[in-house]
Amino acid sequence: MPVEYRWPEQGKTAVVGHEQDRIDGLAKASGTAKYSYDINTKQMLIARMLGCPHAHCRIKSIDVSPALQVAGVVTAKPMKEAGAEIQWPGEPLAVVAAETEAAASEGAAAVQVEYELLDVYVDDTDRQAAEAAGRTAKGGQSIELEREPGEDEDEAEFEEREIQRLLDEAAKEGVVVEADYGIHAITHMCLEPHGSTCEWLGDKLTAHLSTQNVSGTAGQFAGPLGITADDVTVHCDFIGGGFGSKFSPDAWGVVCAQLARETGRGVKLMLTREQELKIAGARPSGFIHVRVGANKDGVVTVWDSHHWGTGGPDSGSIRPAVVPYVFAPPNRRAVHTVIKTNTGPFRAWRAPDHPQACALSQTAYDDIAWKLKMDSYEVFRRNLHTTRLPDVYAAEMEIAARLIGWKEKYHLHGQGPAEGSVVTGLGMALHTWGGAAHDSTCLLRIHPDGGVETSLGSQDIGTGTRTVIAMVVAETLGLPVNAVKVNIGNSKYPPSGPSGGSTTVGGVAESNRRAAQDALVQIFDLVAKKLNVSAEKLVAAKGRIHVSGKPDQGLSWKEACSLLGMKPLEVRGSYSRRENQPSKLSSETVGGVQMAEVAVDKRTGVVQMRKFVAVQDMGLIINPKTARSQVYGAVIMGIAYALFEERIIDRTTGEFLNCEIADYRLPRLGDIGEIVVELYQPESEYNRGVVGLGEPPVISPGAAISNAVANALGVRVPVLPLTPQRVLEAIKRSNV
Amino acid sequence: MKPFEYAAPRDEAGVLECLSPEPGHVEILAGGTDLLPLLQKMILTPRRVVNIKEVASLRRLSADSQGVVIGAAVTLSDLLEAPELAPCTALRQAIEGIDALQLVSQMTLGGELCRRPQCWYFRNGHGLLADAGRRVVQGDNRYHAILGNSGPAKFVHASRLAPALIALDASVRVIGPEREDEHYLPLADLFRTPRHERERETVLLPNQFLTHVYVPHPEGWLNATYEVKHGRGPAAPLAAASAALLLEGGRVADARVVLGHVAPVPWLSHEAAQELIGHAVSAETAARAGQAAVAAATPLSQNAYKVDLAAVAVERAILKAAGLPTGGL
Amino acid sequence: MKDQPHLTLPRGGVSRRAFLKGSGATAAAAAAISGTTAVEAAESRATFVAAETVSIELRVNGAMHKVTVEPRTTLLDVLRYRLDLTGAKPVSIDASSGASTVLIDGKPASANVVLALDCRGKHIQTAESLGGKDPDPVVKAFIKHDAMQCGFCTPGFVVAVRAFLDQHPNATKEQILNGLNGNLCRCGTYANVIMAALDAAKGGK
Repeated sequence: MPVEYRWPEQGKTAVVGHEQDRIDGLAKASGTAKYSYDINTKQMLIARMLGCPHAHCRIKSIDVSPALQVAGVVTAKPMKEAGAEIQWPGEPLAVVAAETEAAASEGAAAVQVEYELLDVYVDDTDRQAAEAAGRTAKGGQSIELEREPGEDEDEAEFEEREIQRLLDEAAKEGVVVEADYGIHAITHMCLEPHGSTCEWLGDKLTAHLSTQNVSGTAGQFAGPLGITADDVTVHCDFIGGGFGSKFSPDAWGVVCAQLARETGRGVKLMLTREQELKIAGARPSGFIHVRVGANKDGVVTVWDSHHWGTGGPDSGSIRPAVVPYVFAPPNRRAVHTVIKTNTGPFRAWRAPDHPQACALSQTAYDDIAWKLKMDSYEVFRRNLHTTRLPDVYAAEMEIAARLIGWKEKYHLHGQGPAEGSVVTGLGMALHTWGGAAHDSTCLLRIHPDGGVETSLGSQDIGTGTRTVIAMVVAETLGLPVNAVKVNIGNSKYPPSGPSGGSTTVGGVAESNRRAAQDALVQIFDLVAKKLNVSAEKLVAAKGRIHVSGKPDQGLSWKEACSLLGMKPLEVRGSYSRRENQPSKLSSETVGGVQMAEVAVDKRTGVVQMRKFVAVQDMGLIINPKTARSQVYGAVIMGIAYALFEERIIDRTTGEFLNCEIADYRLPRLGDIGEIVVELYQPESEYNRGVVGLGEPPVISPGAAISNAVANALGVRVPVLPLTPQRVLEAIKRSNV
Repeated sequence: MKPFEYAAPRDEAGVLECLSPEPGHVEILAGGTDLLPLLQKMILTPRRVVNIKEVASLRRLSADSQGVVIGAAVTLSDLLEAPELAPCTALRQAIEGIDALQLVSQMTLGGELCRRPQCWYFRNGHGLLADAGRRVVQGDNRYHAILGNSGPAKFVHASRLAPALIALDASVRVIGPEREDEHYLPLADLFRTPRHERERETVLLPNQFLTHVYVPHPEGWLNATYEVKHGRGPAAPLAAASAALLLEGGRVADARVVLGHVAPVPWLSHEAAQELIGHAVSAETAARAGQAAVAAATPLSQNAYKVDLAAVAVERAILKAAGLPTGGL
Repeated sequence: MKDQPHLTLPRGGVSRRAFLKGSGATAAAAAAISGTTAVEAAESRATFVAAETVSIELRVNGAMHKVTVEPRTTLLDVLRYRLDLTGAKPVSIDASSGASTVLIDGKPASANVVLALDCRGKHIQTAESLGGKDPDPVVKAFIKHDAMQCGFCTPGFVVAVRAFLDQHPNATKEQILNGLNGNLCRCGTYANVIMAALDAAKGGK
């Protein structure tokens, strides 16, 4: 009989769903966990790159020989040739390897380069100016109208006329908000910068790479190095942050391997902090002009927007399909223009497009409440029928409202009491994400002495993947978590997907649950024979295999495993989305509701977080402890882009100005206020199986906090982050 | 970092021997929190670095009936713990504003007063004045000076303690170039606005150094510091002010108001003080003093908002000193 | 060793005391300070000079280590590259991230802005010393409250919390919110760190 892969019923689990400390917590907290930056090989060289100081230029000549004169420098090589066009600041031009980090930095600075400066374009806020400068491209559009054009009608003309008609109707009977909103580009700013430590043994490469993609990067090394993927081992036990920016070895990873091959020594090449900010990933900016019409009850009837932004020299920002965000009013048009700038190219940033789309559109929804003098909660609630998850949102909104005290605290925009110059406000936003499990394989090995280990080419980007895997195997085999050894972080293990898009927990849970269930069938067969009972009657619980309901009638786990004889039992667990969905172990699509309470000092423009409530569904929760941490972390990252961080580019030279941590503002421990996390897991959620969680809660904070500030002030501060400067300037504009 | 020679003298004369008359040849190392990053980025490339932390006299803090003598290498955490400095609330609040326990325990008083500007053009290698101020004027100047910015220097002075100490009427001892050369000057006079790249933000010659700060007991002077900060942690405030008030019969008999992070030097505002003298402290007088402090402001293209913040900082420092509510967060 | 450029150093000269600006305060300062500096001569010892690489002894986590360093070698370099103690992390060029926090003679410091030569004869404690078989209560609290995600900032945070609680053994939440802003986390573990610090404070040491 084929095994049915499923989870135990809710409330009947021994491990899954219970609070579990991270199994690598001690290593991380006491500094013994080894990240790529921490791997020191014997006789290792340190490499540093020279980054281009200009935003747009052509390389006239490049001479690395002065670097070789620097004491301690062993080798140096150009990474660009004369004639190359450089399109953003910080692009690596040359690399220097030396005995010490100091000598490598000194050497990199000694490389001589002649530049021909080219025109710089960096303004991503002004679409007309960018069009005039020829720096735009069409970014596509999405349109949906209830009515259709007549047979002879020109479609474009009809759309224009129909949207105008709907807006006129709304203006007459309800309200139209016409406004601009924006959100600046930010960087990933992983605390462990991108990079690797590479060493060769003969013609085989081991790359200790800081990566979210252990199983997918070996081949990316192999091609440029003229070897095949089987000659490459990518190793990453711990990664110091990725957030979507670490899926590839990058040019600097390949050059690190080349230097190691050429020198016959291990080489460590990690980006400097400045380089990490300049070239290792940014989230596109977004700016929007929107006209949105609603009836007098606050139900949106028409949305018309044009948004733009930059993702670097040849890419734009947010896909129009997610504008307006979550809500899909019956008539809507979203047009997107790409602005091409001399800034570092974008990379996927936690929930790509969604945080910006949310901040650009759910602010407009909130302004409908402001204009209609309605409660924001009501306006959001009355538009839920245009979302894909109306029931989930409705339930989560009620919970969030209760947790933040919405009813007691809410006032209309700008109508709250002031204490001195301090006003407070509430705001909310909704989000959604897919989070389907990625493909994953694992090799589960059960030793005759009872030892259990599972191996897979996955990685723990901070979410607690190791712990989740151990929990799934322990749950299935009826063992304690510490009885399971988890081997991840090596490309020689069975392949598992990259950790991006909230896909990992689902993926590794699928493969490991499947492997462990399959293994258990084989163990049950052995035990059944031994005890002379039917295998169907056996269960695995509390370290024993026994007849269901009769704990005495069975064997200890160890005794059961000894029946394997000399060889360990090896079972491969495999999950692929194409072959195994629908699956009872995992599914996709979550909602999520967040509410913010802020205090704003009207005289200084300083915004202070008071309270933040995040209600999040995620299907079945494997480890509530680390799940909660994901939500806390996402909210704090959201506070970061809502109030603090932005990439600041010199408008004349294109220089990335705040490229060091002292200038790149981020929240600190005292900035986050009280955060309340509610994991929403009714039986209906549990029964869906695992759905990814990492991305969704990072989406709403921008809009929720912006809406709370607007509610406090009675003034919309249109562009994120809401710095004191922007808040004061918005207040001033509103007084004119 | 470029290579350099390291010296750790044991006395003040030994420090002087290690200095050089040539600008940029020698850098003094105290807490290292400012110097090391500048060395790492090769913004500073001295031939020698002189650690002054092993000079016993520079690490001493002592008090007499008149005031407190603080060695340049005394750490800020030691200042916080010194009972003699308890009445210097403006100073304590300025230190607490740094808001990072590592920094407070590493940074020294002398080093803090001599901190180099946080200006991103300077820190990214365009020189202290960034092409005679042109880069700042044409570029992103949201955090730059709004006062005293008519010359090429557009940065804001980096010290957070200087405004408080000037408000507390501190003076400093400088020695050198010769070992017998001993200079005493009001702290305010230590700072200057550089006019060209070879000048720094203090009047110190390359072969002079700051040994001690003297803070008179602020008997009767109410004092406080208020920083407008964009978030917690060690990032520089957007604007700050320290105020010291001498009250007689409920009215201000004398006042010192010093702004921070608004000009290339700590900005002593006689205008704000004048606005207060002869009046009782109230929200209205404090607001007037705030306005007086920024009346002459000349904001750059992007930092007009700092004029408002500076006025609020002055106003709130005064109210805080007087023990009145500031009305803000 | 190569020849070092030798600096011309001023010596001798006429004794003089200058009051650049006369005022009551500066006069008082002169009187007060000259009293404290008079003892100098007696304490005077020779200047320690290192022109190139030198060998020094550092006490790290209780063990003595002899290491050869350049004048420009940072304490962080020594810990990470010579002693393979990689708990302190290189995150920022300055001291604004707290990721390299260690204790030097019991006081918190960012090891990336400390020259190794400054640490001659000092006792360095790193995050590793708080782990092991019987971890420090702060480490235990970090694990219990899951005050870590990617974990790259965590060892620095742990050391900072240890130093903070050494100063405030019964810290309140208010004190924690005001006292631990020197450490930067990108994953957003602050909420958990607050819980951990509060727990460790109550647990005491």
